Amino acid sequence: MNTSFSSNNHAVTTDSATDAQISLRHISKVFPGRGGWLNKITGQASSDFVAIEDIHLDIEHNTFVSIIGPSGCGKSTLLNIIAGLSSATSGEVIINGEIVDKPGPDRGMVFQSYALMPWMTVQDNIKFAVETVYSKMHVKQQQRVIKENIQLVGLTGAEKKRPHELSGGMRQRVGIARALAINPQILLMDEPFGALDALTRGFLQDEIERIWEQQRKTAIMITHSIDEALLLSDRIVMMTKGPAARIDEVLDVPFPRPRDRNTVENHPAYLKLKKEMEDHLYRETRAVEEAQIKP
Amino acid sequence: MTVIQQKIINQKSGNKLIDNENVRALLLFLLSLGIFLLFWEVGARMKLFAKGMPTASLTITELWYWVTHPFYNNGPNDLGIGWNLLISLRRVAIGYTLASLIAVPLGILVGISQIAFKAFNPYFQLLKPVSPLAWLPLGLYIFRDSEMTGIFIITIASIWPTLTNTAFGVANVDSDYLDVSKTLGASRWRTIFKVIIPAALPNIISGLRISMGISWLVIVAAEMLLGTGLGYFIWNEWNNLYIPNILVAIFIIGIVGIILDQIFAYLEKLVSFGKQSS
Repeated sequence: MNTSFSSNNHAVTTDSATDAQISLRHISKVFPGRGGWLNKITGQASSDFVAIEDIHLDIEHNTFVSIIGPSGCGKSTLLNIIAGLSSATSGEVIINGEIVDKPGPDRGMVFQSYALMPWMTVQDNIKFAVETVYSKMHVKQQQRVIKENIQLVGLTGAEKKRPHELSGGMRQRVGIARALAINPQILLMDEPFGALDALTRGFLQDEIERIWEQQRKTAIMITHSIDEALLLSDRIVMMTKGPAARIDEVLDVPFPRPRDRNTVENHPAYLKLKKEMEDHLYRETRAVEEAQIKP
Repeated sequence: MTVIQQKIINQKSGNKLIDNENVRALLLFLLSLGIFLLFWEVGARMKLFAKGMPTASLTITELWYWVTHPFYNNGPNDLGIGWNLLISLRRVAIGYTLASLIAVPLGILVGISQIAFKAFNPYFQLLKPVSPLAWLPLGLYIFRDSEMTGIFIITIASIWPTLTNTAFGVANVDSDYLDVSKTLGASRWRTIFKVIIPAALPNIISGLRISMGISWLVIVAAEMLLGTGLGYFIWNEWNNLYIPNILVAIFIIGIVGIILDQIFAYLEKLVSFGKQSS
């Protein structure tokens, strides 16, 4: 498993593969507009908004997938549907062969805003997750899980601190530890480093790479950063602009693991992939801007 | 270079005490107090104010007397100010506790359900701006007892700020916290007790603080019509036409108000966790 990952890359197929852990089947999300006579009279009527349309994707076990696309393309909507926080208007999410329509501890989520409870210490934030998911686990065992995960993200010594006493990078470490502490099969990350400065962002990317080498999970990460996607992912899903965003292309990232930000850039395919992504993002973002100018 | 360094040293060591903001504020405060008392004393002696206006020195002497003799009892119309204060505080404590016990759970209930919030909000909005004293005749009619009426008025006056603040806090819990709870699959009860209530706590405490302020405002007014307590003390001194004691009571009411408010300010700080609360 730890040997070169490039050799056993399956292409992400659009027809249902049998060994896929996550299958997204023709998922669309429509946010209903305000219809009805009352809204029409008051001039508040609006039409339906199609956020994403016909998203079809299979993700194999232990694959790291990044979703990248212009702002407002419905990336977060898609992730929330996979997380079960939001429901698809049509289509279904199948995880391990079962249709999923609500959240569950098989999926751990990392939020852009960290979403730590400010009244809980670092330890208590993670404890809340562990207690909720493993309510029948022995207390000693729970404490061990909490300790291990604090150690994993390098926060030993900060257990008793509250989130407001920590920097953004440290907070997100807690967010990651909390998501991992429930030992989910799938890790969902919604722009996890979006609110961090470049340096901290780099640290945490390295951290994610290191952790992921230790405990491989299926991971889906939303990002705006091309370099971040290239460093961490096995596949990169590029989405078109919204409304009615679709999957434009799925790229395979063939770099061997474990990866290092300095050596990854020397890989012969790096520049070609990067160029391809830049072109895509540039094209889509241009289209977004043009669409805003002429309504 | 050396000039700048010298300046910095001067600023640091030179007039260190005077430069401190708090020290300056204290000096200004003492100065203004001195001028005020002097103006009062001189004005009263020269009979510049209303007829019978006591001098500052007489008022301070009375204040000293009341503060050093707080607990004596020569019947209901000559009761030490300490007793009256305790009577007022007791009424506030009972009425306020009752109000809080109603307002916090009800506010949580109303805040959790959007429908309940929309349905019941009109009641709260309608009753909130009504002066608590408007309830006084109703209370006297229902209870036929001044003690009960006092408590009733405190209760009804201090319910609304806590209720509306609690409901607002609960209804506006950061959706990220709720998402965390959902993705973990936490039960409804666990979410309410572990996430929603702690997240709304700053709002709940602010509501309790406003309610406490209102209780303390209302009790004095209500007691003028009741028969004991600080409010009645003022009313009684008005009937005696002895103004210094009225001023003493006003001062004591203010001080107690500050103490009560500061207790809640401290609690607010305790639950703010880095977030700046007003």
